[in-house]
Amino acid sequence: MDQFAVKVFVRLRPSVLDPAGEATKSASIKLGAEGIKSLRIGKMIEVKIEGNGENEVRGKIDLLCDRLFANTVIEDYEYSLEKL
Amino acid sequence: MDNFTVGVVVFPGSNCDRDVSWALEGCLDMRTKYLWHESSDLSDVDAIVLPGGFSYGDYLRCGAIARFSSLINALDEFVKSGKRVLGICNGFQILTESGFLPGALVANKNLNFICDDVELDIVSSKGGWFNNVDEKQTIKLPIAHGEGRYHCDSDTLKKLVDNELIALRYKNNPNGSSFDIAGITNEKGNVLGLMPHPERACDETIGGTDGLFTLKSLILK
Repeated sequence: MDQFAVKVFVRLRPSVLDPAGEATKSASIKLGAEGIKSLRIGKMIEVKIEGNGENEVRGKIDLLCDRLFANTVIEDYEYSLEKL
Repeated sequence: MDNFTVGVVVFPGSNCDRDVSWALEGCLDMRTKYLWHESSDLSDVDAIVLPGGFSYGDYLRCGAIARFSSLINALDEFVKSGKRVLGICNGFQILTESGFLPGALVANKNLNFICDDVELDIVSSKGGWFNNVDEKQTIKLPIAHGEGRYHCDSDTLKKLVDNELIALRYKNNPNGSSFDIAGITNEKGNVLGLMPHPERACDETIGGTDGLFTLKSLILK
């Protein structure tokens, strides 16, 4: 069995308003940071997972992302995978 | 119908289960039974309410974890059999996360947790959940949510409009919902999800009785 470290990024789809991102952008500007054009907040999920090779593990992560980690009505996801 | 029993689902973090039960039993003389989320035997209930609250602490997304409970797994067959399911607030979020209703509920546009009475237009009488057989009616119900902004893509919205699945619309959209949507039904009409709380509007002494009809209609076939 191989072990992998996976980082999953879940983001609101561009068409979905992100009020928390807007509020943070506003605070960032008040802090004095200049030049911020856009700020959106997502989630990062770290998973350590075992499997027989990368393909099998990708299959498991795809299922997790599609059914649990992200709600694809409002969110997109992508992930990176590193063999340990 | 003497033994008609409404199952009130209790998830860890539900906090309107007792209110729903109180409204059904105390105001409408209906029989209720609490259903723990791990139960999958729905054979002795005739309708189900998914109450408001913060199931599983709203972890990940509101309603996301509840989707994988034994009870929600058993709900598919219950819904297919035509029995009625009412999802209130967090219950509505669970119904969208589980795919029983389309769309999703996301953070309110102004980020506030809104606790207020709102005026609502009854748009569709599908499923008989609202008493609007005559003409357009307005009712007043309380809302209490931080993540009640209904969102769906334009194709879904068109389907909702074309098939008369939009049950309730806010008069003064408080949370930024698409098309002012406060509640929708499935195509068959036996599943209703709404953000407002009908169970908190069942007695004049606590602010109105506009919620009574919706709870009473759980008994409809």
